[in-house]
Amino acid sequence: MTANDNDQLKSDIRDYFKSNMGKDARFADGDDIFADGLVNSLFALQLVTFLEDSFKITVENDDLDLQNFRSVDAIADFVGRKRNNSAA
Amino acid sequence: MSEAQEEGVAGAADQASADAETKAPDLSGIRIGVVGAGLMGRGVSFRFAKFGATVTLIDRDDAALQEAHKALRNIARHDVLFNQARESLRAPERIHLTTELESLAECAFVVENITENIEAKLALYRRMKPILNEECVLAVNTSAISITRLAALLADPARVLGIHFMNPVHMKHTAEMIRGFHTTEASLEYAQSILARAGMEAVVVNDLPGFVSNRVLMLTVNEAIFTVQDGVATPEDVDRIFRECFGHPMGPLATGDLIGLDTILYTLDVLLEAYNDPKFRPAPLLRKMVDAGRLGRKSGEGFFKY
Repeated sequence: MTANDNDQLKSDIRDYFKSNMGKDARFADGDDIFADGLVNSLFALQLVTFLEDSFKITVENDDLDLQNFRSVDAIADFVGRKRNNSAA
Repeated sequence: MSEAQEEGVAGAADQASADAETKAPDLSGIRIGVVGAGLMGRGVSFRFAKFGATVTLIDRDDAALQEAHKALRNIARHDVLFNQARESLRAPERIHLTTELESLAECAFVVENITENIEAKLALYRRMKPILNEECVLAVNTSAISITRLAALLADPARVLGIHFMNPVHMKHTAEMIRGFHTTEASLEYAQSILARAGMEAVVVNDLPGFVSNRVLMLTVNEAIFTVQDGVATPEDVDRIFRECFGHPMGPLATGDLIGLDTILYTLDVLLEAYNDPKFRPAPLLRKMVDAGRLGRKSGEGFFKY
């Protein structure tokens, strides 16, 4: 994955967060959205489905760890790893 | 009911008491029926199945059952994410989906979760009356409908009570339990033991419309809407006061948006009719927003945009 791909990925994830938190939501790429109470826990489920549909990845049972979904950075890393694994 | 089914019921009851003596932590060996495969029915089914029960989830609509099948998998994944409960992934296997209401004959405990519509509930209770076995304890999952009125339609009103589960059921460990006019202590204790084995506690209250939860919450949401209507504060500021001054995790207007403003309006109308007390009159602004299709989260906009 190139640096441009990664930037686009993070931008898509930020847009998705904003569509759920409101346009004026403020958060940094490293912020823990669950700990900060920016979203409720039900959002996590929508998020997993969104990632599977939008980035053509499969979230396996072993991937169901909140650490993978806590922040824009964590999600971008996770999606990057999944894409690399499926490409390998 | 056939003899075989009667034996099955008695066997389940014996197993249940044996489990209680050995303080078994879960619901293994207990057959639980859940009627209505909507949001709440799925959550309740998952919770009981996660703790070992064999669950029969019944809906008259095949499409609802198919949707429930997918939704149950998602609830299990969510439970793994937040509760690190990997065993949850197997819970959906213990939930049997069917359109046959007759399956309730084999259940020791039944939770009824169909839509909050009194006519639909009355019709269902008339159909359930000849099916339920005489040992069965039935819990009405409702946020406002009279337990006593529904219990009167079944053979033994002493075995009927209410449980107001909170959504999402797998994340909420306390429920409001309602003692109907005829509900016995034995029935309440049995239902509490079922909840305890599913890691839950109940707060028992008496049966009057809205119980405690909605009788207080609906007034609070409605009065918050009046303050916006009367120009006292913006929706943002009303909710900020509850969050930042009172430490509530969510303000009353965001709560209204989450529940759905149409549901808030409907529940206020039910309470107004039940108590005939004008304090439950819905704010004109609430009615106007519902008429305009601003229903909250589900329509994309209510007091806030989503």
